[in-house]
Amino acid sequence: MNFFLQVFGNPELYASTLAMATPLALAALGGTFSERTGVVNIAMEGIMLVGAFFGVVIAVLTHSSLLGLLGGMVAGVITSLALAWPAIRLQSDQVIIGMAINVFAGGLTAFLLNTVYGYNGTPTNTPFLPTITIPGLAEIPFIGQIFGQQNLLVYVMLILVVVSHYVLFHTNIGLQMRAVGEHPEASATVGVSVVNIRYLGVSIGGMLSGMAGVYLSLGLLNGFDVNMTNGRGYIALAAMIFGKWTPFGSLASSLLFGFAIALSISLQGYQVSANLVGMLPYVLTIVALTGIIGRSRAPLADGIPYEPSK
Amino acid sequence: MKKLFKSLSLPLYAVITGLVLGAIIMAIAKYNPWSAYGSLFAGAFGNPIAIGNTLAGAIPLMLTALGIAVAFRTGLFNIGAEGQYWVGAMAAVFIGYNFASMPWYFHIPLALIAAMVAGGLWGGVIPGLAKAWVGAHEVITTMMMSYIAILLAHYMVEKGPMMQQGFVPQSPPITASATLPTILTNSNLSAGLYIALAAVVVVQILLFYTSFGYKLRAVGHNGFAARYGGLPVALYTVLSLGISGVLAGLAGGVQFLGVDYQLTDTFQSGYGYTAIVVALLARNNPFGIVLASIFFSALSSGSQMMQITSGVSANMTDVITGIIIFFVAADRLYAYILRTLRKKQVVAVARKEVQS
Repeated sequence: MNFFLQVFGNPELYASTLAMATPLALAALGGTFSERTGVVNIAMEGIMLVGAFFGVVIAVLTHSSLLGLLGGMVAGVITSLALAWPAIRLQSDQVIIGMAINVFAGGLTAFLLNTVYGYNGTPTNTPFLPTITIPGLAEIPFIGQIFGQQNLLVYVMLILVVVSHYVLFHTNIGLQMRAVGEHPEASATVGVSVVNIRYLGVSIGGMLSGMAGVYLSLGLLNGFDVNMTNGRGYIALAAMIFGKWTPFGSLASSLLFGFAIALSISLQGYQVSANLVGMLPYVLTIVALTGIIGRSRAPLADGIPYEPSK
Repeated sequence: MKKLFKSLSLPLYAVITGLVLGAIIMAIAKYNPWSAYGSLFAGAFGNPIAIGNTLAGAIPLMLTALGIAVAFRTGLFNIGAEGQYWVGAMAAVFIGYNFASMPWYFHIPLALIAAMVAGGLWGGVIPGLAKAWVGAHEVITTMMMSYIAILLAHYMVEKGPMMQQGFVPQSPPITASATLPTILTNSNLSAGLYIALAAVVVVQILLFYTSFGYKLRAVGHNGFAARYGGLPVALYTVLSLGISGVLAGLAGGVQFLGVDYQLTDTFQSGYGYTAIVVALLARNNPFGIVLASIFFSALSSGSQMMQITSGVSANMTDVITGIIIFFVAADRLYAYILRTLRKKQVVAVARKEVQS
């Protein structure tokens, strides 16, 4: 009993949950935008890596972590266009293009890391994203220890979830995005440009995945390392599906995965195998997909190339 | 013949594009692409031992890619072959260090069968049934199973039941009776090569010369039509992912009985992911897989030499690989470029005529 209190009664566990969930939620949010418009995005892993790397490069060059953040987001958008163009214009298989981007991004960032910074890794004097203390909130016991002092992007992520929900479900452009993902032919008939909307969806996805990457390299961890995303892009993909392609769903499932990760970290040093606890997010994903928590349905035209009739 | 040539042309274009763009990236980074590719080639094929090691690296790729190709032919994307490979490796090593008194002609087959069964169950049961019953996407389920397998492998040797006595997180080595003989001295090339080549022939026959293979491909070609035709699509889904896992598991078994001999605490072979690329480049043709797996094994075995001799990071080969997959998937690109060029030509000709 004492052991449980020690592990689960510690606010650190929940603060770390939030920190671990942030990159997943940002990328899952991006994936939601992409897939709602009908483009399957398994490239989040690679886009995150590119964002993480160029975030560091720009931050070092400009001595500003905020410009680094911007640079990483722009790099994410550019990378996502390598998915968007063949997916939208050439009707290529989106899953395979996504694979290609992941392999390419992993190789390119590792190659550039060695070429630009040598084998010692990124500079130690890289400016990192600031940790924000919210006055008042931070003083409340327990709650304050969880929410009061977090990285800038943790708060940005929480705001973006609300904004994304509003955009997708309460604005005209959101309606167009969802319509294009469900029935592109019908949307085209009423004058919506399927091509433009899909480019928009994938680009927003790239921007948010890039931001998730920057959070990793300039927020959660210190600097860029080869393959530092370590599968987070794929877990974000699972979080998006688990969250039924909605912003709040993505956040909730990211928190669940974040909790499992935080738990396996906090259990290190106890007699429980971190490896076995580490399986939790993956087991949960399979359980979720097999419909025990209600079936989650993809947008109808998700992954199906749109060919305008002549 | 013409058909064969045509099916070879796209992968060939993609490989050439990958190498050319790779050279351009190296040139921009102020490396000499000629010397980089030269040392890459020398590292992969420069002497008999290098050739042996390149072929040795192609064995697990070949077997895993065959499995991925079977799934692709059934319309399924087995992205979790990496985990099935490790499950196979665990099973083979477990049998390999137990039963020391068994003669080799029982011990080796037993270990390999265990590897195949483990891989097949890991790939087939949960992802297969989840896909067949509730339509859970196999890309996610096989990948999640893959992560679970790798964590399980870590657990096994870190504090789990397969840890060797002492403090080093590794399994005991397999006994001599379970070891696949080396067929080229001083290289990693084991008799596993014959197993891989036999598997190529078996998969070719299974897919194209049996009614079972015909049905598998029918499901992949058009699931609805297959269902209306009376085929139990669910069963074929489970079987296809299962066969896919059997081959990936066999790859792990052959690799550990022939090259690695014991589980150590690093579980990143990358074969499961490279094998997807192999299958894509070979367009799921078993004999094409032989060539493609040697190509990608050469990229990886030559990359170390490239890094040492010309200073280009070995990760460059991943960049090239990514570009190759991209251009295989964007197969309409070449037609698109031709069309755009032709359009420009037509416009130019028309403009001339208008002017005159």
